[in-house]
Amino acid sequence: MPDVDLSETPLRELNRALHALEPGTNETHWHVANPAGRHSIAVGLDAPVTVEIGGNVGYYCAGMNKHATVHVRGNAGVGLAENMMSGVVRVDGDASQAAGATGRGGLLVIGGNASGRCGISMKGIDIVVGGSVGPMSAFMAQAGTLVVLGDAGEALGDSIYEARLFVRGTVKSLGADCEEKTPTDEDRSILADVLSRAGVAADPSEFRLYGSARRLYHFHVDNVDAY
Amino acid sequence: MCGIAGLFLKDTSLEPSLGRLLGGMMIELGDRGPDSSGFAVYGAPAPGQAKLTIRLPDGGGQHAARAIADGATAATGHAVEVRVRGTHAVLSMPEEARDALRAFLAARHPEAHLVSSGERMEIFKDIGRPEVVADAYDLAAMQGSHAIGHTRMATESAVTIDGAHPFSTGDDQCLVHNGSLSNHNAVRRTLKREGLAFETENDSEVAAGYLTWRMREGASLAQALEQALSDLDGFYTFVVGTRTGFAVLRDPIACKPAVMAETDQWVAFGSEYRALTGLPGIEAARVFEPEPATVYAWERT
Repeated sequence: MPDVDLSETPLRELNRALHALEPGTNETHWHVANPAGRHSIAVGLDAPVTVEIGGNVGYYCAGMNKHATVHVRGNAGVGLAENMMSGVVRVDGDASQAAGATGRGGLLVIGGNASGRCGISMKGIDIVVGGSVGPMSAFMAQAGTLVVLGDAGEALGDSIYEARLFVRGTVKSLGADCEEKTPTDEDRSILADVLSRAGVAADPSEFRLYGSARRLYHFHVDNVDAY
Repeated sequence: MCGIAGLFLKDTSLEPSLGRLLGGMMIELGDRGPDSSGFAVYGAPAPGQAKLTIRLPDGGGQHAARAIADGATAATGHAVEVRVRGTHAVLSMPEEARDALRAFLAARHPEAHLVSSGERMEIFKDIGRPEVVADAYDLAAMQGSHAIGHTRMATESAVTIDGAHPFSTGDDQCLVHNGSLSNHNAVRRTLKREGLAFETENDSEVAAGYLTWRMREGASLAQALEQALSDLDGFYTFVVGTRTGFAVLRDPIACKPAVMAETDQWVAFGSEYRALTGLPGIEAARVFEPEPATVYAWERT
């Protein structure tokens, strides 16, 4: 169980060591102390290991994650778990802008609030936010599930292609071509599955579903203001 | 890029550490702005007194500053004291002598560039990384109630001291900016008609001037920033200081980064969280990201 203290070990050294891990490694549980808001901690992991970070992290933490579990015991800066492919990223506190951006797979769980543009251009990732999300969340979302236990800010799901956006609280406003939908049994079961994998106890029937109205898929002169 | 650090103390027992704490914050942000660095420090109140911070040309130093102060004392009939820090000098005098001193400087020492004016505020800015500038100006020794620093990465204009932040367009007022304004030329023309003067073509100076104008017209700092939301177009995170106030505003899109922390002892702003990691009690602070298009303002009485 390697312990890395970032007040002593250079960050590049930590990331190099994590990148060198093979799928069958025995060093499966890493502890990182004193992150002090540094950027790009535990990015590009490609092995089924767990990395626990004891404090607040800066930008791009756990970006491009594949297979690994990264747990931040604090807040995260801009671009958390950006372009995640698989695995799990958990943050106990808040996340700054663009959390889970462009994520293709895996599960991102944010215990506190997420700032603006959470899940921007998400492409298959599942995101669960325990608090509220800021404006322009799920902007241009293409696939995946965004679950918000609190409220959503302005322009939720603006220019959405596809993706399921579940919000338990209020939505300040919906973005272009995003609309409320009546959830099907399949939608409810997908939500229940995401909540269960996130370890969040919440009743799926309390959430409203938002998704694509599919009116911007093809050019139509009546929609010119929305383009 | 560019980095902003701001610290507003609520607990007076931290005042001796203000400069040291701000310096630590700015050094963390050096990578965001390695080209030039500047800071405004609000020292102890001195009713009836005024200070002008001037920048002396290359080679200016103790001797040149002393000569200016002696000349000013003779010309204004008031005792003008001088302190030199780096390439800057702080001239202190009774408030009623300030206009005469400004006139004297303009007429007799056009080489001395006026950086700031006020009762409490001093501004210093220079080329170089924050650790270099903080050291050259002995920021760590500066005391006061609040301070704002900026580390600049020059992307659209030259690396000059004139382009360095903070900008000051009014007594004890300063502004630092991360972003770019798109309507600054139009606003500058409006403000010039209102009698404001600008020294650079810089968009951030226009934002400072806009707030000075609004406050001159009677707005509070918070009200002036509310009005800025309607009148200034572009990308911005502003941190603004006045004699007793400290405020933050982000544009409605809020692309430029900002994180704040607050405890019973202080309020702090950083472009990135790492700037705040050296503050006392940060572990228990309320850390939050300021909302877009929302004015955050603190006043100290």
